Amino acid sequence: MAANNLKHALFCAVVTLVIAYPILGLNLEAQGINVTLEGADASTVISVLAAAVVVFLFQLFRDNILSVLKSVPSPLPKSQKEPMAENKRARIESWVLTGIVILALFWPFFVSRGAVDLATLVLIYIMLALGLNVVVGLAGLLDLGYVAFYAVGAYTFALLSQYAGVSFWVALPIGACLAALFGFTLGFPVLRLRGDYLAIVTLGFGEIIRILLNNWTSLTGGPNGVGGIPDPTLFGMEFGRRVKEEGNVSFHETFGIAYSGEHKVIFLYLIALVLAVFTALVIRRFMRMPVGRSWEALREDEIAARSLGMSRTAVKLSAFTIGAFFAGFAGTVFASKQGFISPESFVFLESAIILAIVVLGGMGSQIGVVLAAIAVTILPELAREFSEYRMLIFGAAMVLMMIWRPQGLMPVRRIHIELSKQE
Amino acid sequence: MLEVQNLSMRFGGLLAVDQVSLDVNEREIVSIIGPNGAGKTTVFNCMSGFYKPTGGKILFQGQEVQGKPDYKISRLGMVRTFQHVRLFNNMTVVENLLVAQHRHLNTNLLAGLLKTPDYRERERKSLDRAAYWLNRVGLMDMANREAGNLAYGQQRRLEIARCMVTEPKLLMLDEPAAGLNPAETKDLNQLIVSLKEDYCVSVVLIEHDMSLVMDISDRINVINQGRPLASGTPEEIRQNDDVIKAYLGEA
Ligand SMILES: Nc1ncnc2c1ncn2[C@@H]1O[C@H](COP(=O)(O)OP(=O)(O)OP(=O)(O)O)[C@@H](O)[C@H]1O
Ligand SMILES: [Mg+2]
Repeated sequence: MAANNLKHALFCAVVTLVIAYPILGLNLEAQGINVTLEGADASTVISVLAAAVVVFLFQLFRDNILSVLKSVPSPLPKSQKEPMAENKRARIESWVLTGIVILALFWPFFVSRGAVDLATLVLIYIMLALGLNVVVGLAGLLDLGYVAFYAVGAYTFALLSQYAGVSFWVALPIGACLAALFGFTLGFPVLRLRGDYLAIVTLGFGEIIRILLNNWTSLTGGPNGVGGIPDPTLFGMEFGRRVKEEGNVSFHETFGIAYSGEHKVIFLYLIALVLAVFTALVIRRFMRMPVGRSWEALREDEIAARSLGMSRTAVKLSAFTIGAFFAGFAGTVFASKQGFISPESFVFLESAIILAIVVLGGMGSQIGVVLAAIAVTILPELAREFSEYRMLIFGAAMVLMMIWRPQGLMPVRRIHIELSKQE
Repeated sequence: MLEVQNLSMRFGGLLAVDQVSLDVNEREIVSIIGPNGAGKTTVFNCMSGFYKPTGGKILFQGQEVQGKPDYKISRLGMVRTFQHVRLFNNMTVVENLLVAQHRHLNTNLLAGLLKTPDYRERERKSLDRAAYWLNRVGLMDMANREAGNLAYGQQRRLEIARCMVTEPKLLMLDEPAAGLNPAETKDLNQLIVSLKEDYCVSVVLIEHDMSLVMDISDRINVINQGRPLASGTPEEIRQNDDVIKAYLGEA
């Protein structure tokens, strides 16, 4: 055992050296037209060596370290509290949630524009994560290319507005339905795949969409993206200083108030809020319907599910389609918020972040996913000084979570079903 | 109602099932017995559409079903349990029963989202059916527990209840008494008889517990090494020399 650890630790240290030294230590210097390879300076060499030593020590004592970490009581509250009467608990929960939504409705009028903008982004991530939660958390299909559907939604609106002058409200359902159609189409080839294979194929699909957007310059503008995406209107009222579209009026003139750039930001926030609440409610309803249960059944035991007459095709396709639908929603809002989109916004990292939100929140749990979306979006903004270490902190948080609380922030609580006692 | 004719199943070089025939009438309990590895579960897997048999015919209510996908066969009313219990472990006991009724409830998504009266009515019916069967197998108090946390005997009963809420015509039970204590086996005995008497289902039973088999079966089929060895009433099987030899040989 010990010898094994030593060998493993040595190997890891050597790998660290082999990878870190060329990347950090070697510099290409341009001297006129020649490029020369410069060796590392002393401090870099020392830190690379130090890193290797740290890796070596960690791997050598990994078992001890992990067991110590595990024995540290988790800083998060325990999930097993006194069980409350189920119907009482459900009632309190729905009151609290309604309260939070009402607070969220009025909150933007009292805070800065930047905060509202950030909150809109949070809401977009909430929509995305809730949608992905259907695919990954409920149906258990590991989808690494979810961002593709987000892109489809965003580009649908961007292109429709550019080529056909379509407004936000018309584009919203079109974008969502088109994304759903893409979800459905992707569903077919991956029906038979499971686990790692499914992950790889969906990952590839995500990249295909991004690369397509990048290279189909004549339609999408390629890497330059699409700009000038209009803001949403409120019953034909625009929020800009001047009315852009023929036949529209402007919001501030209609109500006889002074123009303020904040109106638009708040309006977008409110739209995102309504859509996020809508997403949450619809998916919550699905979870209590036969579709939702069959997603979970398929995740739990595919063979048993099929032996009860469930068609794998229908169940998987519905999960993919519905998940993609909400990504399309989020994409449309995103395009409108940014006013400009390019393939840069839809890289794999986005998929990874959304997936991380779902995993951190607790697979299948809606409240957990919402909390995780808030945390993952806002914490990096609060800790801007550390922005270089963002990914590092992110990774560390994931590892610690997996050790302390593998079931996520808020593990799913099964829906309590009251049965009428009979006979 | 069920007729299996010369069923064969070959896995590579191994002929796991060789020319097995079986027929089951309405309201009848037919058992399949045989030593370990005889091919009993494989027969079930072919009947339930889990494997595509390499030879032979399976007729269910006059309709050829061999080679049909498993979920279609189950929708015809032939439902099975598994030798190793397969529940949806992280779902609650009621949810397990509701999942099984997805077809009674299956309407379009919109009806469910909007909770139309028709949808509510069906939902209530499926809840009632679940409650009824929970009472029937004595799991009412466990309704909101996760299925994976039940005791083994309870899991077995839940698996049968889960089949019954689909209102099957033919039930295939693969070693339902395995791992049960004598008291539980006795309950199971009564339950299976009542399924036949009160709910008009036919049962195909694979079981190693001979007293259970002899007690409740109307007819018994013995398979040995994939081949049919004997078939007849419990009395005939008990006295059949070949069967005695096969079982003694195994022991
Ligand atoms: N998928 C498969 N691939 C290859 N061989 C298989 C497969 N399934 C079953 N077999 C083989 O077929 C034979 C019959 O197996 P089966 O499970 O049907 O026996 P059984 O009668 O149910 O036994 P037991 O009483 O132990 O449950 C065994 O030799 C088994 O190894
Ligand atoms: Mg078997």
